Amino acid sequence: MTSNKGFLLHMGPQHPSTHGVFQMKLRTDGEIIEEIEPVIGYLHRCVEKTAENVSYPGFIPYTDRLDYVAAMNNNLPYVMGLEKLLGIEVPERAEFIRVILCELNRIGSHLVAFGSFGLDMGAFTPILYAFRERERILKLLEFVSGARLTFSHILIGGVGSDVDDDWLRGVTDFCEYFKPKIDDYNNLLSYNKIFLERTVNIGILSREMAIAYGTSGPVLRGSGVEWDLRKKYPYSIYERFDFDIPIGRGEKGTLGDCWDRYIVRIEEMHQSVRIIEQAIKNIPAGDYKTKAPKVVKPKAGEVYSAAENPKGELGFYIVSSGTKTPERVKVRTPSFQNVLVVPEISRGFMIADLVAIFGSIDIVMGEIDR
Amino acid sequence: MNLLAEYLLNSPAGGLPQVLIYLISMLTACAAVVVLMLLLVMFFTWWERKVAAHIQDRLGPMRVGGWHGWAQPIADTVKLLVKEDIIPDAAIKRFFNVAPVICFIAVMMGYAVLVFGPGLTAADLNIGLFYLLAISSLTVIGILMGAWASGNKWSLIGGMRSAAQIVSYELPVALSMIPAVLLAGSLNMGEIITAQSGGIHHWFIFNNPFAFLAFFVYFVASLAENNRAPFDLPEAESELVAGFFTEYTGLRFAFFFLAEYAEMFLLGAVAVTLFLGGWEGPLGGTLIPGWLMFIFKTLVLVTIVMWFRWTYPRLRVDQLMRVTWKYLLPLAFLNIAGVAVWMIVTG
Repeated sequence: MTSNKGFLLHMGPQHPSTHGVFQMKLRTDGEIIEEIEPVIGYLHRCVEKTAENVSYPGFIPYTDRLDYVAAMNNNLPYVMGLEKLLGIEVPERAEFIRVILCELNRIGSHLVAFGSFGLDMGAFTPILYAFRERERILKLLEFVSGARLTFSHILIGGVGSDVDDDWLRGVTDFCEYFKPKIDDYNNLLSYNKIFLERTVNIGILSREMAIAYGTSGPVLRGSGVEWDLRKKYPYSIYERFDFDIPIGRGEKGTLGDCWDRYIVRIEEMHQSVRIIEQAIKNIPAGDYKTKAPKVVKPKAGEVYSAAENPKGELGFYIVSSGTKTPERVKVRTPSFQNVLVVPEISRGFMIADLVAIFGSIDIVMGEIDR
Repeated sequence: MNLLAEYLLNSPAGGLPQVLIYLISMLTACAAVVVLMLLLVMFFTWWERKVAAHIQDRLGPMRVGGWHGWAQPIADTVKLLVKEDIIPDAAIKRFFNVAPVICFIAVMMGYAVLVFGPGLTAADLNIGLFYLLAISSLTVIGILMGAWASGNKWSLIGGMRSAAQIVSYELPVALSMIPAVLLAGSLNMGEIITAQSGGIHHWFIFNNPFAFLAFFVYFVASLAENNRAPFDLPEAESELVAGFFTEYTGLRFAFFFLAEYAEMFLLGAVAVTLFLGGWEGPLGGTLIPGWLMFIFKTLVLVTIVMWFRWTYPRLRVDQLMRVTWKYLLPLAFLNIAGVAVWMIVTG
């Protein structure tokens, strides 16, 4: 804090809208924010240091706990990195299953973002609708992995278990059920007059600033940058699917405002459904897993492996020294990069707007503090 | 004069000094109103949870007491009564303690002039509406006092918002009452209702377009007056934790809570009195007792208020002020002029 004038307010770490144990020291003039100092570290669990003390596969469960709302998506880049280090080819069926699981989890994560954003804006009902749909996703994921939140289901060389036709039919049913629900959300919240008043022209993140701060995911796309790792650096088998990258267009106000970031997530749910439907149609028969070595001991080397998570680019930089434990694992988490813009874009807005900005960034503390 | 006083005067007890008779009837009526209010609040807490639950695709309380969790409010009351009572170190104790009571009393006193049925009122004032307006603005003192005395910055912001909001919205509320007063030619609640007797087309809401608009203005402004969504900024959970009652627990919290729900009914009841014909049935006759009709109509309005809360997001504080000063207030003035002109033209 550079000045000591005005009203000092500690928002968090115990506050309903900081989405976890996050603290912001606010210097305000009445309700207008003059300065923000974010304080992180309340959820620090030494994830990167832990990686240096466990075996390579032993770190997979820790990746679940980064962005715990989208654990499947977290497993994927780490496992892909290991596979690259070990030179393992993944069977085609396993890749399809991975894509279906990750996209289901992406919808789940966006539903949480949508619901809690509504809650931040004072609308109580959307989150319950979102969780009703998310429950069906969790049931599907639980059926294949046995867990509801921290799956650790994507393993080296494939996935933890095969899926049968019944399960695939269940996913198709979900897609059919879910598509009209998105319109419900739009009717209930997205185009509500009060909601527009609260989000349009608030917290404007310009294209240049979004790039300069290294943001990714819906935050970057909300500022009009067409950037999605699934398209730009296709990993797994994403290049085989036909889908669009939704970007913010400043449709209701200025490009890069809270509403743009919000609507990108809604659009992405549509796209995820499209990907899932194509994957189910084309899934081949075959193994769900290739033979992976019992003891994972990659040759000395390093690899950076990243994937487009619901929140943005999640990357693992893995350094191997040829032993059974990694020499170093650096985790590049999207929420950490994204939250950096908050002090910059919320200056001059009101406390209520800060809640909107924060909700539209959609952070998970497990990723920020690691 | 209420029914009980009339009855006592004509009964063998009529020989007693008149002051005593008035005192007895007044106290009895007050006790009845307080009990009714507490029962209504208990019912509303349950009803709100049920309405919210069904809007949100849930069931709400289902266990306590068996049938649809009807005993849930009783369990809640007991819980609030036995809860630990915490007074923060930073609080100014005297004001902190008295604030919830002020809020509660301010609302409770408003009930005194409500007319539930012909003669069913605690105090038959000839300036009933005026009294109600005056007394209901006292709540803001309680809120501000509690907010300031809590020694918590979130409470303080909540209290300040609330003061600004209630003071601003009192104007459209008061101004939109005037059309009904003009039409009835009285400030007495009972006489306003009597002026609307004879079926639904006599209700002031359908009297002329301006009166209809006045009802709309009153309804919107009363939402804000009562800190209900989409104007529930003083207690905006996602911004201000719990607003002005962040530091309150147990019984003291219960008083604030009670005041809010009681005021919700009070404002609904005033709307029913002014625009919706009070105890009068839609066909003019009284198939069911008048007081039941009155409560039923109010319940419908209160349910709509709840429906808003579980559907709409919340406005921001500056937008809230814009709504009242730029739209509601001019509209309220227009209604007064409109109704006056209408009355002259139609005679």
